[in-house]
Amino acid sequence: MNRIQKTFDSLKEKNEKALVGFVTAGDPNISESLKIIKAMCKAGLDILELGIPFSDPTADGPVIQRSSGRAIANGMTLKIALDMTRQIRQETDIPMILFSYYNPIHAYGNKAFYEDAVSSGADGVLIVDLPPEESDEMTSTWSGKELSLIRLIAPTTPVARMKSIADSASGFLYLVSKTGVTGSDGLNTGDVGTHIRTLRSVARLPICVGFGISTAEDVASVASVADGIVIGSAYERLIEENLNHADLPGLLAERTSIYKAATRITR
Amino acid sequence: MNFFNISGYPDAKGHFGAFGGRYVAETLMPALLELEQAYRTIVPTPEFQKELNYLMHHYVGRPTPLFYAKRLSEHLGGAAIYLKREDLAHTGAHKINNTLGQTLLAQRMGKRKVIAETGAGQHGVATATTAALFGMECKVFMGTEDIQRQAPNVQRMKLLGAEVVPVSSGTGTLKDAMNEALRYWVGAVQDTFYVIGSVAGPHPYPVMVRDFQKIIGEEARAQIFAMCQRLPTTLIACVGGGSNSMGLFYPFLNDPVEILGVEAAGKGVKTGKHAATLTAGSVGVLHGSKSYLLQDANGQIIEAHSISAGLDYPGVGPEHSMLKEAKRVRYESIEDGQALEAFQTLCALEGIIPALESSHALAQAMIEARKRPKSDILMVCLSGRGDKDLGIVASALKKGESA
Ligand SMILES: Cc1ncc(COP(=O)(O)O)c(C=O)c1O
Repeated sequence: MNRIQKTFDSLKEKNEKALVGFVTAGDPNISESLKIIKAMCKAGLDILELGIPFSDPTADGPVIQRSSGRAIANGMTLKIALDMTRQIRQETDIPMILFSYYNPIHAYGNKAFYEDAVSSGADGVLIVDLPPEESDEMTSTWSGKELSLIRLIAPTTPVARMKSIADSASGFLYLVSKTGVTGSDGLNTGDVGTHIRTLRSVARLPICVGFGISTAEDVASVASVADGIVIGSAYERLIEENLNHADLPGLLAERTSIYKAATRITR
Repeated sequence: MNFFNISGYPDAKGHFGAFGGRYVAETLMPALLELEQAYRTIVPTPEFQKELNYLMHHYVGRPTPLFYAKRLSEHLGGAAIYLKREDLAHTGAHKINNTLGQTLLAQRMGKRKVIAETGAGQHGVATATTAALFGMECKVFMGTEDIQRQAPNVQRMKLLGAEVVPVSSGTGTLKDAMNEALRYWVGAVQDTFYVIGSVAGPHPYPVMVRDFQKIIGEEARAQIFAMCQRLPTTLIACVGGGSNSMGLFYPFLNDPVEILGVEAAGKGVKTGKHAATLTAGSVGVLHGSKSYLLQDANGQIIEAHSISAGLDYPGVGPEHSMLKEAKRVRYESIEDGQALEAFQTLCALEGIIPALESSHALAQAMIEARKRPKSDILMVCLSGRGDKDLGIVASALKKGESA
């Protein structure tokens, strides 16, 4: 059984939902970024989404745009992100998802990317701008099935399309909470609940919800309907607002344990 | 010369051979599928075509003339140069052919709001214009650098009732404006139509924009037969995203005609400060399609440089990438200084002020004309008028004098 499935199974037994944390690899710099991620893992993060920065992130709001900018300015590349993945894997067993846009992966080479991602200990990949219609060119070069292909479902996705996307996905499904870029506000849990019910009627995989979730209250309310909650911009905002803080890893760890507590369902 | 069979492109998923496609976030996929459906079912209908043709004639002023540039040709002493006068279209550039088509389609789809990205401001002005014509709400995303260097067009857009949204990320140029327009569209996709300004972006934009622009080549083909009773020897057009060039080239792809696309070499291809995507770039994915682009070894996009805002873009339409690989079109590049020289030459010899974008095509035509016999016919797309560029030309010439 793979790490992703194992994680969702064991959370279910504990009556918890998955806390999925997104941070940009190399923000604010490579060594600090490693410390931040390790601290978040120790503080109870269930799944790590490691963002590989792209110069033109068209699905991201200003917070993640700026974090990508900082990381690239500090020399972040996909190759270095894979090295970081390898180092993080030595200290944790949680699933790691590589999150990016297609161009950095295409430039690295699809086949080499698969091999290096698997050997570094990554469990899945989510490529924002690679819909099912275009992903064969990448997956057809893969020599195995050890990387889950996490797919996005949007509020605009019609139900028939939800089904075909779900059929081609593995690991879990990532439901975008609202039509908008990352970090936009206006989370509506009622709408999220409706979309989840529709999605569940055509999909078996666990469903994680992301975009615009920032407070522990948001986490708790989404946790009542979803299998996992993705936090991205809120973490990146915390990093950005505390770039000169003496203990950035500690801040991120503290925030992680607050979010994690909100994923435990009280019956 | 390589002949090219144009039938069969793009395929059902919008691929031009190895290029094109739809590389976008899931939120936009349903909108693109809906748009493709609308484009296939609404645009070919007689009602749509009738209204489009009516407006192309009475509003845009088509057909635009094909003009024999006699003094320029004689001055160069070689081939005859014919100019396809898109500068005489309403709003002063070819861009309106496309915005009229897309805005009319948006209206037929029941959308009340349009957005656009713009570099030189010509596409923004053209979108604001057709939005006003149909009584639609219009937002135009424009880089802060371009707002500076194309100030007259910013004023025009505002007068036409559009909101100009300044984009300061990146270098504040066309690429960044397109990023921001895409981001805005992700949030507003349910009631907003995105009018993309070139043959770039995700499917169906490259094919749709080319189809709205191919009127340039269709007219020019009939006009040259009427004037000279034969095909031109060579077609020449500038390539930013690639819409005026695809519009001119497309109806000639199966003809025995040489075709030249001209990119912006900025300060020189060797300096790295250029926008010569097909000449010096490599294949990747940007703004929803796979094509040649300017990128580093890690797949990060490199900023483009050109004196001409409309060519200052690190990508290019996917159909051009296919035509390059098929060797059907040859791509050359022209530096800022050469374009400025061509700009002045046309002003002085023909009384026509060309856009800086178009001046790149002219500069290439001047090089070619000198090398060729008088019997050769070079057909150049004069994609736009240069009034918008007077400020930048004046300051570039001043800098040149003091240097
Ligand atoms: C007059 C003119 N010509 C050419 C271009 C370049 O665009 P394309 O390559 O799509 O024709 C522009 C773009 O703004 C323009 O304004």
